Amino acid sequence: MNAQDIIRSIEAEHMKADLPVIHVGDRVRVGVKIQEGGKERVQPYEGDVIAMRNTGINRTITVRRVFQGVGVERVFLLHSPRIDSIKVIQRGKVRRAKLYYLRNLMGKASRIKARFDRSL
Amino acid sequence: MTVGILGTKLGMTQIFDEAGRSVPITVVQAGPCPITQIKTPQTDGYTAIQVAYGEVREKNLSRPERGHLNKSQTPPMRHLREFRLEDASAYQLGQTITVDIFSPGQLVDVHGTSIGRGFAGYQKRHNFKRGPMAHGSKNHRLPGSTGAGTTPGRVFPGKRMAGRMGNAAVTIRKLQVVRVDAERNLILIKGALPGKPGALVSITPAKVVGRK
Repeated sequence: MNAQDIIRSIEAEHMKADLPVIHVGDRVRVGVKIQEGGKERVQPYEGDVIAMRNTGINRTITVRRVFQGVGVERVFLLHSPRIDSIKVIQRGKVRRAKLYYLRNLMGKASRIKARFDRSL
Repeated sequence: MTVGILGTKLGMTQIFDEAGRSVPITVVQAGPCPITQIKTPQTDGYTAIQVAYGEVREKNLSRPERGHLNKSQTPPMRHLREFRLEDASAYQLGQTITVDIFSPGQLVDVHGTSIGRGFAGYQKRHNFKRGPMAHGSKNHRLPGSTGAGTTPGRVFPGKRMAGRMGNAAVTIRKLQVVRVDAERNLILIKGALPGKPGALVSITPAKVVGRK
């Protein structure tokens, strides 16, 4: 086994096999495990995927939502055990790999059009 | 003054610990290292064991090197290193040192050769500030003054200047062992190690300095 195969086999032990197919522009609901007074509960976070990084175990998505008029972006490390669940709610029709332009748009203009040719 | 192990840096990645935190790790393939020589105060003036690492073809070694390894029935190996000890009576010739000497959570020191950066300038080598890049400035990456004038009339020794950077012996202390895989001779160490992937590193239990 060469070095890359060994490193990949170590990563494979920590990677999730059941991640859904996520595209940029999709609306997702992410369940995040949080510690609260010694108890653990799952907090849902919903928003649009505006960027994605496909780098093996370091795979992340950036999820944006506008909450009380303030834009909130969270980066989720998809293979992390703290991510309880990810569900794709709606597929989006976009023409960019990174949707950073949404940060400059407000209200109706910042919506992403849904597409129905991809299964959820 | 403890026995360590020699290994090859394979590369870096990250894994998750029990709390779900991502931990940056370096994967090292280390050992097994056969003991090729035991040095004693009677014959050598000090106590140490010499270990070998890195199997090569026989034709890649010189005859003296092969002869030295034959004394301990060791297959042809590239690297020889010594670990000094207080007492070497627990070790015999031909005995192998494996990654089993380390356990997860243990602190280790890693010794290796840093990445060579060639002839590097003031900013890269000594973290000097750079001059203004615009407004007519021609002083972009220059060193500034190297000292006073006629008195002393020379540049003091040790003045930081441009020159060869890296490719030097480096020890990184108190790194944590995350996991030991004895089957594949792997050690996972938290943090970065000197050198590029493929570099030879020597891992020893962390040296305790001062009062215990």
